[in-house]
Amino acid sequence: MTVAPPMSVADAPSQGAGRRLKAFNLVLELRAFIALIVIIVVFGLMSDAYLTWDNLVTMTKHVAINAILAIGMLMVILTGGIDLSVGSIVGLAGIVAGVLLEGLTIGGSVLYLPVWGVILCALAVGTGVGAVNGALVTRFNVAPFIATLGTLYMARGVALLISGGETYPNLGGSPALGNTGFDVLGTGKLAGIPVSIWLMVAFGIAAVFLTRRTPFGRWVYALGGNARAAELSGVPVRRVTMRVYMISGLCAAMAGLIIASELTSAAPQAGETFELNAIAAVVIGGASLSGGRGAVRGALIGAFVIGFLADGLVILGVSTFWQIVIKGAVIVLAVILDQSQQKIQRRGAAIAAAAATERPAAARA
Amino acid sequence: MTQAVEGQQRAPLLSLRGINKSFGAVHVLRDVDFDVRPGEVTALVGDNGAGKSTLIKCIAGIHPFDDGEILFEGQPVTIHGPKDANALGIEIVYQDLALCDNLDVVHNMFLGRELHSGITLNETEMEKRAGDTLKSLSVRTLRSLRQNVSSLSGGQRQTVAIARAVLWNSKLVILDEPTAALGVAQTEQVLNLVRRLADNGLGVVLITHNMNDVMQVADSIATLFLGQMAAQVRAKDVNNTQVIELITAGRSGDIGLKPREAAEAGVA
Repeated sequence: MTVAPPMSVADAPSQGAGRRLKAFNLVLELRAFIALIVIIVVFGLMSDAYLTWDNLVTMTKHVAINAILAIGMLMVILTGGIDLSVGSIVGLAGIVAGVLLEGLTIGGSVLYLPVWGVILCALAVGTGVGAVNGALVTRFNVAPFIATLGTLYMARGVALLISGGETYPNLGGSPALGNTGFDVLGTGKLAGIPVSIWLMVAFGIAAVFLTRRTPFGRWVYALGGNARAAELSGVPVRRVTMRVYMISGLCAAMAGLIIASELTSAAPQAGETFELNAIAAVVIGGASLSGGRGAVRGALIGAFVIGFLADGLVILGVSTFWQIVIKGAVIVLAVILDQSQQKIQRRGAAIAAAAATERPAAARA
Repeated sequence: MTQAVEGQQRAPLLSLRGINKSFGAVHVLRDVDFDVRPGEVTALVGDNGAGKSTLIKCIAGIHPFDDGEILFEGQPVTIHGPKDANALGIEIVYQDLALCDNLDVVHNMFLGRELHSGITLNETEMEKRAGDTLKSLSVRTLRSLRQNVSSLSGGQRQTVAIARAVLWNSKLVILDEPTAALGVAQTEQVLNLVRRLADNGLGVVLITHNMNDVMQVADSIATLFLGQMAAQVRAKDVNNTQVIELITAGRSGDIGLKPREAAEAGVA
């Protein structure tokens, strides 16, 4: 709705420039999506195997893990924070699942939890590490980068300690103990689509709802935009910060479970450098690392860009070393485009503000 | 400009009586009395360090005062925090505005107090109420309620901040130097808005360093001098020079602090 009468004649000269700016802005805003289309078209032309249904499903399955991580990472980044610990949480969650599925020895007897109990425990551990991050940031005023760097090492260390550095090889469970079925998360299918993809969809929908439709979502954005203003306005800053780190931990644990389930084994090293992939997805999706700007949609597209690019390069047989170089270049390019978009938007805002201040003067006359 | 005729002044909305506040050994406020009447703009002036900010922070509940009494609508009240102040109907527009650039006008106006039905935001109702509030203030300078605050000019941002303060059926709005960073035309806009708030029946406290602002919109002028209330006078009873004397020396002719008090305050 508009409060002011719509554009007056006085605005006409600035309209042409404004429209060109808007069109260019739209292209930049959709850049991640356009990049994804370009990737699909280019690789589709270069390889017959790329655009087959089976390959698309396989690639999306790879994407799902990073996408779920990116959703949690996005929440944290929107508040102006960062979560470096997600890769370690991936490993830790897998190990927790491994320990519980192979049986927890408590004073001579061995405890076997049902699979859903194992999953809940692993998710709780991930959320718990997130809560530690949140507490470090809100209660002890540790900078998010340092706090989560600390938990990156600690969570990884705990995963190695629990497992003694060994891989838990048999997460299939045994029918005699009634704890089979863990592999459903990673290898199961629902309506022909792998369960992990459904999980990505579910997490995505939940995150879109949370960020766009709830007061909590508004507060997350407000915190990244102007934390002091949010606090003065009565936003429960500590609680919101705490929650975003917990959500990120939960997402990371989910990703860890999917990986462990796919392989039906849990390695303590699982998920190393995954935090960087998640951050890359979020940034490619147009989020600002200083907070307040970004969207779930963007982060998901970012995850698809990284995943589809990486798998495409593999299919074409590009050397692993080049793959790494290309991935880095894409991230840098994304940030450069983001900067130019910000510049354009600021210019657009300046034009709008100037037009707005001239109008009331004209209205009074 | 002043609508209240002498003798028909309404009872004070907010009265402070004998407020004292120290930070350690520094006695920032001494026996301050301060009245704000509904439907009036009360200018709170004073030099840097006179205690203006401390005084409003006491009213806002950010600093508890050491002793003294706050009467709101004639009733003694205690204010322990910003929430208490909000509950009474006291809203403060801070100097640095406290807006989130990345949110739109509606979301800024409702920030921290979003309307929701169930767990989802009630966007329609928020937009309607934001629009109604802006209309009631005769604000016609915003193109859209859904534009981000970052695209607004300084005067428009101040307008949004003020509109947010009156959104909650507030009774008393305290504005901390609302014109400090604005150009001439925008200052004019904001001062008109301040005047309209009072004309709508709210009590308005305007903290400012600008004598033109004071003379243009204030009905009552309260002058703080080194932590003491030098004088609270009707705006039409004094001229520009007298107010400046009150600010700089604590007295002007026979109004203000007695010579000895002023000197002592100066020593302290």
